[in-house]
Amino acid sequence: MCLGIPGQILRVLPGEDPLMRMGVVSFGGVEKEVCLAYVPEAEEGDWVVVHAGFAIARVDEAEAARTLSLLDEAGA
Amino acid sequence: MRYVDEFRDPAAAGRLADRIRATVTRPWTLMEVCGGQTHAIVRFGIDRLLPEGVSLLHGPGCPVCVTPVGIIDQALALAARPGITLCSFGDMLRVPGTSGDLIAARTVGADVRVVWSPLDALAVARASPERQVVFFAVGFETTAPAVAMAVHRAAAEGLENLSFLVAHVLVPPALAAIAGARPRAVDGFLAAGHVCAIMGVDEYRPLAERYRVPIVVTGFEPLDLLQGMLQCLQQLEGGRAEVENAFARTARDDGNAAARAMIERVFEVVPRAWRGLGTLPDSGLGLRPAYAHLDAVERFDLAGIQGREDPRCRAGDVLQGQLLPTDCPEFDRACSPDRPLGAPMVSAEGACAAWHRFRRHT
Amino acid sequence: MKRIQMAHGGGGRLMQQLLREHVAAVFGEPVMHHDGAVLVGAMADGELVMTTDASVVTPLFFPGGDLGKLAVYGAVNDLAVTGARPVALSLALVLEEGLPLETLDRLLASVKAAADEVGVSVVTGDTKVVERGGCDRIYAATTGIGRRLPGVRIDARRVREGDRVLLSGDIGRHGVAVLSAREGLSFGGAVESDCAPLWGPALDLLTAVPSAPFLRDCTRGGVAAVLHELARAAGVSVSVEEASVPVSEPVRGACAILGLDPMSLACEGRFLAVVPPAHVDAALAALSEHSQCPGAAVVGTIGAADPGGAVWLTTAFGQERPLDYPSGEHLPRIC
Repeated sequence: MCLGIPGQILRVLPGEDPLMRMGVVSFGGVEKEVCLAYVPEAEEGDWVVVHAGFAIARVDEAEAARTLSLLDEAGA
Repeated sequence: MRYVDEFRDPAAAGRLADRIRATVTRPWTLMEVCGGQTHAIVRFGIDRLLPEGVSLLHGPGCPVCVTPVGIIDQALALAARPGITLCSFGDMLRVPGTSGDLIAARTVGADVRVVWSPLDALAVARASPERQVVFFAVGFETTAPAVAMAVHRAAAEGLENLSFLVAHVLVPPALAAIAGARPRAVDGFLAAGHVCAIMGVDEYRPLAERYRVPIVVTGFEPLDLLQGMLQCLQQLEGGRAEVENAFARTARDDGNAAARAMIERVFEVVPRAWRGLGTLPDSGLGLRPAYAHLDAVERFDLAGIQGREDPRCRAGDVLQGQLLPTDCPEFDRACSPDRPLGAPMVSAEGACAAWHRFRRHT
Repeated sequence: MKRIQMAHGGGGRLMQQLLREHVAAVFGEPVMHHDGAVLVGAMADGELVMTTDASVVTPLFFPGGDLGKLAVYGAVNDLAVTGARPVALSLALVLEEGLPLETLDRLLASVKAAADEVGVSVVTGDTKVVERGGCDRIYAATTGIGRRLPGVRIDARRVREGDRVLLSGDIGRHGVAVLSAREGLSFGGAVESDCAPLWGPALDLLTAVPSAPFLRDCTRGGVAAVLHELARAAGVSVSVEEASVPVSEPVRGACAILGLDPMSLACEGRFLAVVPPAHVDAALAALSEHSQCPGAAVVGTIGAADPGGAVWLTTAFGQERPLDYPSGEHLPRIC
């Protein structure tokens, strides 16, 4: 396991129950409705990892950039 | 694709491979516990970028592969009943039971539907009140929160026609079983990045301490895997046995609190039978009493169903890293993806499937 | 709402009414009067090529296309990849009792529009009705007749080691578009089916490179299936560079979340061509004129003789591995 794909939240859908918080997430232009209940801090524009219809984590973009620059440096 | 392609850069991969080569002074054996990592390693040929002395063993990280035949038979029994709609992840459809699989069941009229999310099973149940809908809940901790949400909503809505065949398994007990095996075949572990995104990196610290073994939380793309391996090897060369997080963009020390809270609310830890490892205490998730009315085994009286594995299938040895798929006598003979003897040959993340698809020519 | 009844297939008054009011209204009166059409002057020059295609799709209407378009393009494209200019089509329909007539009308209009686009006529046909449950709404079968271009020498046995393998455009759009409209997997956004007629691009490619030994359209089973057909038919190994295979971003995204491989997803408006290395530039230039060839590219090379017809994929990491013949089913996965 587990297929967890990073996608960008295009919009959070209106609704009152935080357990039903849904959003539309884009994966390279393909849009899918995803449950955002487990990423209450995530907003439109954020990147999340999606598995089985749920966002399971927010991508820490600063951390990602840091990792990539370390990988670039190494051996450069 | 962002946050995917950057972590597949071949030049950076070459540099990491160089660093690994420069780090290693003696043979080491690493094990990745996650089937997704197994698939990526074999597909991208990561293992072939490693120096001679570093061996990779594939662990029991494929929830499809470790699901015992008996549970598959329970799913087949449900699918065979008229009036029942079985909803399942696509991964399970071709896993062989004692006789036949869900695809074969469908050809003789079983209502088996592939879903992408457990929420889809909720939708099916709401749309078909006259049918009993059962969701086949397989997966590690990564998938448990999604199923927990579906269970919780089913209960909250008072849905009477939805139930769950629960087969969730937990990673730490499997890792402990392998780390604790004597003789121990594995020097260091790559822990599953998405499982840790849910459960937290901290969960593995007691294991590293108890078994004196480095555990590096690792992602799924080639650069993630190589970075995880590098850190694990650096620890081994330096005589350290700690938990490190090489997947910090997604996995945090305490994981996902909201997801863990929902798991805790709906499930309790139970003993679980694992193909190949036997029954491990505290290694699975089952529905708590408050949700027991949604348990398909209870509702449909399935407890008596025992499965019978094909005796030729060496899944157990493969899942513990004791047998390479290509060393199994039935590999690509009696056993292939079209005619699998066991789950590891049919699951997309199974070691046998990965080797058959990407390496059978070697 | 008006629907197909069993009597519409009975050969009597109601059937005549159906044909007159719905079929002839679209294709013209003569269609009603013949079960077999004489193709006048067809033997004058060039070889006659015939193909047939059965069209079954769920849903009937999907982003970028419908059953009607598929029925026409399927036959036309089979002719195109044998180097034959499409001349005439027949159309046989199997209708399920209960099918709304409005659905039939929409699909027939689509057939007509597609045929007009290609410049081919539907000259004859047949219609049957089955009881409710006897088929899934509507099935279509098209048979196409075409006239082969002079000088075309498409024959897999002429494929040689060192020849290059080209794809006419980016892959997998049809497969994703159809999946995206299926209940339970529905997703929105950017992917329309690539279904398109290929006679134009095939003609231009064959005019620029008359010696091209192999063309084949990618349909079910996608590029992977066609690569295997090529390898077996020609008795050679084929090697493909993964990084060269054009895949659009949305198709990659859809495949990522469903766990599918774009190489085995259906296309309905793409073909693979083998051309000698000296003619690659001319071939690509010929394709670039056509809107149904976005991202046409060289993707691989023909290897040595190999009766088993192995297909190899070289990954971006420089690793060579076998590319499997697709099993034919797509099961979205979470692992």
